[in-house]
Amino acid sequence: MITRKVILRFPPEAVEEPVTYRLVKDYGLMVNILRASIHPGKKGRLALSVTGDEADLDKALAYVRTLGIEVEPMAEDICRIEERCTSCTACIPACPTHALDVDRVTWQVSLDKDKCILCGSCIPVCAYKAMEITYDGS
Amino acid sequence: MIRSIEEINQKIREGRVVVYTAEEIIDVVREKGVSAAAKEVDVVTTGTFSPMCSSGAYFNIKQPKIKIKMGGGTAYLDKVPAYAGFAAADIYIGATALPDRAPRNARHPGEFPFGGAHVIEALVSGKKVTLTAGAYGTDCYPALERDEEIGFEDMNEAVLFNPRNCYQNYNVAVNLSDKTIYTYMGVLRPHLGNVNYCSAGQLSPLLNDPLYRTIGIGTRIFLGGGKGYVVWPGTQHNPNVPRTEAGAPKKPSGTLAVMGDLKKMSPAWLRALSFIGYGVTLAVGIGIPIPILDEDVMKHVSVTDAELWAPVVDYSRDYPYGEGGGPLAEVTYAQLKSGHIELMGKQVPTGAFSSILKAREIAGILKEWIHKGTFELTSKVASLPGAKGGEDL
Repeated sequence: MITRKVILRFPPEAVEEPVTYRLVKDYGLMVNILRASIHPGKKGRLALSVTGDEADLDKALAYVRTLGIEVEPMAEDICRIEERCTSCTACIPACPTHALDVDRVTWQVSLDKDKCILCGSCIPVCAYKAMEITYDGS
Repeated sequence: MIRSIEEINQKIREGRVVVYTAEEIIDVVREKGVSAAAKEVDVVTTGTFSPMCSSGAYFNIKQPKIKIKMGGGTAYLDKVPAYAGFAAADIYIGATALPDRAPRNARHPGEFPFGGAHVIEALVSGKKVTLTAGAYGTDCYPALERDEEIGFEDMNEAVLFNPRNCYQNYNVAVNLSDKTIYTYMGVLRPHLGNVNYCSAGQLSPLLNDPLYRTIGIGTRIFLGGGKGYVVWPGTQHNPNVPRTEAGAPKKPSGTLAVMGDLKKMSPAWLRALSFIGYGVTLAVGIGIPIPILDEDVMKHVSVTDAELWAPVVDYSRDYPYGEGGGPLAEVTYAQLKSGHIELMGKQVPTGAFSSILKAREIAGILKEWIHKGTFELTSKVASLPGAKGGEDL
């Protein structure tokens, strides 16, 4: 089993295709939607974390491409800017996966990128502006 | 009295002074008892690093060849308005000031990316800012405008002067409503989604000197990475709140007005913040030494988070509208620092804006300065208004 994070870019005509359903039903993948911007008749964008057998994953993404949907690896990045972070802990309750956590002995806040789902909840709550998140290089 | 401040300073000069931080002293007292610890230890250092909105700085800006009278005119630093109601060359910028055209909360919640605190942080970082001034012109100050990049080298003086800092205890904020609210206590999620608090607790200066025995007007302090002074009680200083038997206030109470040479401060200890939906503010690092004059002072500095209580206040109705029956509960800083508190039958996660990490570093730096002999203690020249009656200032 492997996990890949990908961005699917939908042309307007593919927006009504039930892609997520197919990925689960036909290819047996576990799909976690990280971000979605889909509107009927317009271009759409879906950020997914997909888990499954590598062969199934490759077949699934090949199927997605046949619909005219572009598939890109998610060049996501989340960054805790060390020199701005004061380890105040305001972000801790906002982080749903405990990727942001504080050592309650040293009081140092840390970010575990493996646990981060790039939900962006930490961005507005950080008044020191120490958290930065970028999707697919933008 | 076990020792005087003059005796402590003599030991500092001789390199014999014994200093602990307000956290370290807890274990010393636990192990040796108050009496023995008071005999052994000369000074305990405290620290706090937290947003303090009533902060700002005044500058005296060197005149160009053709002089200008900003007083009665206008002055902006990086488009942030400064107060220009003084003499020709003196201006004051407040931490929360915003550019005239900033959208503020026009689209709620606003982002507040830039304001007075950012100007102060830029200057202490050694950067230049743009001064834009307008004047009406006089025979002695003929220039009508000034537009140039200035830094500390273009100022005769740059002074941090904060009318209210260092709050002795503070509210713990929650939101009982059904929508997210954006406050100076941070983003508060609906239905008790989170708890935000803001105090260094057992490291906090005034919680270690709850009855203002040693901290008063004239006390020399660590301020923003440099040295400063307590110059007056802070605004809203209110010693008359309910207290524990040991004297610790159970609500926001004492405050300090502080000032110091901004040119000697550092961006590590003065940091601009942008609170979404609320505004801009400045985090200020303050450390205050407490001379162990007697056992009573030692008893106070050994206070622990488990003995310090704060009120939980609803910021959706109670704080803004004065509706509701007062605090929902009282909790200790030990509970808050555990990561969760139980409130109305619910486990609620806690977060803070006051950095314990930084507060601890400040108490450590102050300890080091005293050990190295670069920081001597001062006696207060007047007491802050106290719970048991202070001086008539």
